[in-house]
Amino acid sequence: MFNKVLVANRGAVAARVLRCLNDMNIASVAVYSDADAGAPYLALASETVRIGEGPAQRSYLDQDAILSAARTAGADGLHPGYGFLSENAGFAQKACEAGIGFIGPSPRWIEAMGHKARARELAEQGGLPVCRGSGVLDAGADLAHIARGIGFPIMVKPAGGGGGIGMLPVRNEAELAATVDKARSLAMRGFANGDIYLERLLERPRHIEFQVLGDRHGGLRHFFERDCSVQRRNQKIIEESPAPFLPRPMLAGLADRVATSLRMLGYDNIGTVEMLMGADGTFTFLEMNTRLQVEHGVTEEVYGIDLVAGQIRCAAGETLHAILPETIAGRGHAIEARICAEDPVKFFPSTGCLKTFRFPSGPGLRVETGYGEGRTVTPFYDSLLAKMIVHAPTRAAAIAGLIAALEDTAIEGVKTNIAAILRLLRSPSFQNGPFDTGLVADTIN
Amino acid sequence: MARLEAKSEVSGSVWKIEVTAGQSVAEGDVLILIESMKMEIPVVAEAAGTVASILVAESDPIVEGQTVAILDT
Repeated sequence: MFNKVLVANRGAVAARVLRCLNDMNIASVAVYSDADAGAPYLALASETVRIGEGPAQRSYLDQDAILSAARTAGADGLHPGYGFLSENAGFAQKACEAGIGFIGPSPRWIEAMGHKARARELAEQGGLPVCRGSGVLDAGADLAHIARGIGFPIMVKPAGGGGGIGMLPVRNEAELAATVDKARSLAMRGFANGDIYLERLLERPRHIEFQVLGDRHGGLRHFFERDCSVQRRNQKIIEESPAPFLPRPMLAGLADRVATSLRMLGYDNIGTVEMLMGADGTFTFLEMNTRLQVEHGVTEEVYGIDLVAGQIRCAAGETLHAILPETIAGRGHAIEARICAEDPVKFFPSTGCLKTFRFPSGPGLRVETGYGEGRTVTPFYDSLLAKMIVHAPTRAAAIAGLIAALEDTAIEGVKTNIAAILRLLRSPSFQNGPFDTGLVADTIN
Repeated sequence: MARLEAKSEVSGSVWKIEVTAGQSVAEGDVLILIESMKMEIPVVAEAAGTVASILVAESDPIVEGQTVAILDT
């Protein structure tokens, strides 16, 4: 097991990982930028190290500063959290070469799944369904011919991207060439990689993802699915487990198929396979995230497991057999809301000092945050203020519990999306289903 | 001719300046992109006109409500 782990992140996920390390009696090192100096979660760490200024490029994305902090502190493990450097294969490789165990999959997996066109090929090799699409487009490719083979509408996507950024829809052949050029320049600017590819665009799909955990000895298990269809700007705001309004045997079969594929390919730590379900009910591979997911908490609540502890133990070389019970059974329903510093209509970001920042507490309610009253929300990082998770015996009870908890939440000093989340939770489409990724546009805009 | 102040709705920093002084713009055209919380938020022309001046440079910090460009409409 690791003796000392550096947490290369901030906010809610840093708090979550530090708590876990304390539970496991592992010494911890928290790093912080000037903007996060004095943040409440830093008190959870055995030691803290300043790594730079507020902008992420000068702190949480500064690989040398983080690795140097780890070496100086004598850390033998590094947890990357999510975002920032968590899916940077070069960084993971450098950590390993410095003798610091990277708590995530082997760098070759981060690299392979980080290239979205390559990830599609791997998924296909593993026997997972992929939708019609192309490989990376060559400069001289016969676009019209390729597009006709896929069928419109088509999504033009950056191969080096992710998180829903830089994707452009194209609905007919006339728009194709110009859209491909624009996507290529966006991809160059956003990801310093102009590789793009085409994929059949599903209109208003459901977003269903499968959680897996693998060890370094060929073992891999799944923890069923989460439904993350409630999104704005292709980014999730409400997530739940199990996925509602779908037959359990079908979902369980798909989860088994995902686990079998990844086991066969040799995947070796925590990960999530994201899939889209079309209106006709067919599932296709979207992408794989080779890290802990923001919404891991809903799975933990339903299946009674600690995914972060499992991830750390697997990275330290323990077997899944030693970590998990023989059978994993779900209990009840969990829903998470991402409370963000955004206005509730346009979802524009909002900065300021948190004059009031109070949450209720009670059975079945879990709040994950990196902020506290009096702290300042800056423009440097994402807008997530807190994750609120409610676990209850039924979906209806979980929705009611989350509504009550959000109504009892008091945040002043920044605008928040709470009013929008409440509207979504109360909408008949969300409560009675079925719903898809069009729900936010239908309900809010 | 009226002068119109184009203001940023959010705090952040200037990501990209999409127009130059003297350029004609239509209502709704993006003048400047502000980066905040990993999002790109556009400052758009509220009316058609000509860009009289740009008051910021790329990567400048911006506060909510700050005037970033002037339009003649």
